[in-house]
Amino acid sequence: MRFTTLTLAMTLAAGAAYANPVAPGDVSFSDTGAIAESLTGTPGDAASGAKVLADRGAGNCVACHKISSLDAAFQGTVGPSLDGVGDRWDSAQLRGLVANAKHTFPGTIMPSFYKTAGYIRPGDEFSGKAAKGDLQPLLSAEQVEDVVAFLTTLKQQ
Amino acid sequence: MLRTTTALAVGLIATATLGWADADENELVVNGEIEITTHAPAPAYVDGLTEIYSGWRFREPDTQLTQMDDFDNPAFLAVDAAQITWDTVEGEAGKSCASCHGDVMESMKGVRATYPKWNETAGEVRTLAMQINDCRTENLKAEPYDYTSGKMTAMEALISVPSRGMPVNVAVDGPVQSTWEQGKEMYYTRYGQLELSCANCHEDNYGNYIRADHLSQGQINGFPVYRLKNTKLNQVQDRFQGCIRDTRAETFSAGSPEFVALELYVASRGNGLGVEAPSVRN
Ligand code: HEC
Ligand code: HEC
Ligand code: HEC
Repeated sequence: MRFTTLTLAMTLAAGAAYANPVAPGDVSFSDTGAIAESLTGTPGDAASGAKVLADRGAGNCVACHKISSLDAAFQGTVGPSLDGVGDRWDSAQLRGLVANAKHTFPGTIMPSFYKTAGYIRPGDEFSGKAAKGDLQPLLSAEQVEDVVAFLTTLKQQ
Repeated sequence: MLRTTTALAVGLIATATLGWADADENELVVNGEIEITTHAPAPAYVDGLTEIYSGWRFREPDTQLTQMDDFDNPAFLAVDAAQITWDTVEGEAGKSCASCHGDVMESMKGVRATYPKWNETAGEVRTLAMQINDCRTENLKAEPYDYTSGKMTAMEALISVPSRGMPVNVAVDGPVQSTWEQGKEMYYTRYGQLELSCANCHEDNYGNYIRADHLSQGQINGFPVYRLKNTKLNQVQDRFQGCIRDTRAETFSAGSPEFVALELYVASRGNGLGVEAPSVRN
């Protein structure tokens, strides 16, 4: 009982705009599709981010992108190579790209990794059956921050 | 043996897989005699393509070779089994398929190339699988096959054999038009949590690699397809289910009105390619 009240009080104190992690529906994008603030309020971990990019069950970014520094077999060619992407975009823009690249590139084939609504016939993961209950984003807020941390290290200059 | 040697002598060239790797330049001739068109101009109603290619043109040379000789093509075990079924009396009417249709290699020539098609009596668009089941229940008085079962794909494969090399030629207008429109809309719908349409992969990105997979145009002139991956014949709607499932979407059931519409539309995108079924893919 006391615990519940305390948790509630803390959530209220944090306030909607600063709630951590920021829920997918509460994310605000700039005109260019960037997300200024960290979704978790803490810096991501680049090494964990690298794993998310290569993992089929997580980001599976290498299905579409080549990243020379990653040791992942069979990197795809559907999207551009991410080598040097840390020179091309700042971390706010990279966060926006990972969360929902459609704000940066309207209509892009790249999936939105931090979004939970607006889908047509969403499934229960890869089962082919209808999704049960509330959808989870493809990546958690923490995973998004880890991926962003890794992407910012991809510099060539 | 002799035939395989011929195929090798013709020489299949492995496309270098560095970066862009479009359809290769190999030509498909089966048993050294059946020439099959694997590249044609796109039909006018396909806005997003100028050229159409069979999935065969995107496979590795080893896989391609397996389809070039019926002795090497594992699908022919199923074809042989279906030939026995065709000639065997089954069901309460005391008939076999052969009782009415005679020699499948004669009576079914050209049939595979025009399906799915309109059935006037029933007033519906029928896939080949639906027609096979209709003859089973109405003419043999036998049980229908499960839509994507091994018996169904084997019978589809047998019926396809005499049409090999003939151009796919399904109707897109007249009474099928509204169904065709429905299929077209589905083809461009971005299903699932990955929000990917058939067109995103098979129209915008054919020739590219998605992870290890070399994307083709997702044509269905080769169905049913023997896949080396699952070592069996695969029904076309089974393949649709797999592709939709991979977008983290709720798929449709095999034989559903939605998939009949999608099959008609996808088949029409291949009008002009040769019938290849039963083909071999990875
Ligand atoms: C289904 C294919 C696909 C997947 C999966 C995918 N992307 Fe992308 N991505 C693209 C495409 C295509 C573009 C190019 C944008 C455009 O023009 O549509 C792109 C663009 C980008 C860009 C901008 C690149 C630049 O140099 O401008 C970044 C960064 C990026 N993706 C990161 C990721 C990350 C991180 C993941 C995994 C969490 C991922 N992508 C997964 C297809 C994909
Ligand atoms: C009692 C006679 C009879 C039997 C037995 C029979 N069919 Fe048919 N079948 C027909 C008739 C009649 C048609 C319609 C002919 C037409 O309109 O072209 C037909 C049409 C077909 C067609 C479509 C041909 C086309 O041109 O579109 C296929 C395929 C077919 N049958 C397969 C089978 C199979 C497989 C079997 C055995 C399981 C079978 N049939 C058994 C009478 C029969
Ligand atoms: C994420 C990308 C993707 C999407 C979206 C997708 N497919 Fe596929 N599809 C593949 C891959 C990969 C293969 C295997 C390699 C190939 O032939 O392209 C394949 C194979 C196929 C094949 C087999 C082709 C052959 O020659 O045997 C068909 C048919 C097909 N897809 C149809 C569809 C249809 C219809 C849709 C939409 C409902 C669809 N696909 C959506 C990736 C996709």
